Amino acid sequence: MTLETVGFWVVAVVLLASSLAVVLTPNLFHAVLYLAAALVATGVIFLLLEQPFLFAVQLLLYAGGVVTIVVFAIMLTERLIGERIRQTSRHLVNGAIVAAAVFTGIAGFLLQAPLATVRPQPAADATVAVGRALVGPFAVTFELLGVLLVTALLGALYFARGEE
Amino acid sequence: MIGLPSYLVLAALVFSIGLFGVLTRRNAVGILLGIELMLNAVNINLVAFARFNGDLIGVVFTLFTISITVAEVAVGLAIVIAIFRVRRTVEADRLDLLRG
Repeated sequence: MTLETVGFWVVAVVLLASSLAVVLTPNLFHAVLYLAAALVATGVIFLLLEQPFLFAVQLLLYAGGVVTIVVFAIMLTERLIGERIRQTSRHLVNGAIVAAAVFTGIAGFLLQAPLATVRPQPAADATVAVGRALVGPFAVTFELLGVLLVTALLGALYFARGEE
Repeated sequence: MIGLPSYLVLAALVFSIGLFGVLTRRNAVGILLGIELMLNAVNINLVAFARFNGDLIGVVFTLFTISITVAEVAVGLAIVIAIFRVRRTVEADRLDLLRG
């Protein structure tokens, strides 16, 4: 058992448990906190795959940004309604059947596909290569992403602004 | 060593859990959280394939999907707040203004 093997199984258990908690807990606020745990666990998986830059991005944007936005949205709507939002679920059995069928389909495909089990030698510094790719072959996409973020920001401001 | 199939199966499990959440939650914010889980599973897949194929494009693509997801969450929650102002509810079943 190498450190990577132990780390993978620990992170996998944490990720699956917190994911289940996100979709099952009745308290919406707790669900967001479990989502933060799941997002951090995903970041650790990026770390296990030797992508420390993605780990930092995941922590900053997802666990930092997304969770903060969702918490703010919940607090705003709770303040407006003046009571705690209970989160109920419906069609639990049907949802479980569909989700299990999708998983079975993916797993069945995975078992047949010829997949690599040994990873190649890591690049000298993946972060440097990612940075070069972002300003090299993917420069236009990178710029478009900036336009998208500005547009999304303006759109969010427009939708959420006051009545005046 | 943990092989590529382990990462892919883990991602498939997270994706299915997220799909379950999207299908069963009544609250619009809860549905958004399920979508987050599904997108996360996709990111795990992209990074795992990138690592095991020795190809960097998957990592770059993950950066793009993460940024786009953040934009999606911001707009989605803004819409939720706007709907909440008008209808005083965020339950997806009761948001039927467009039903014919």
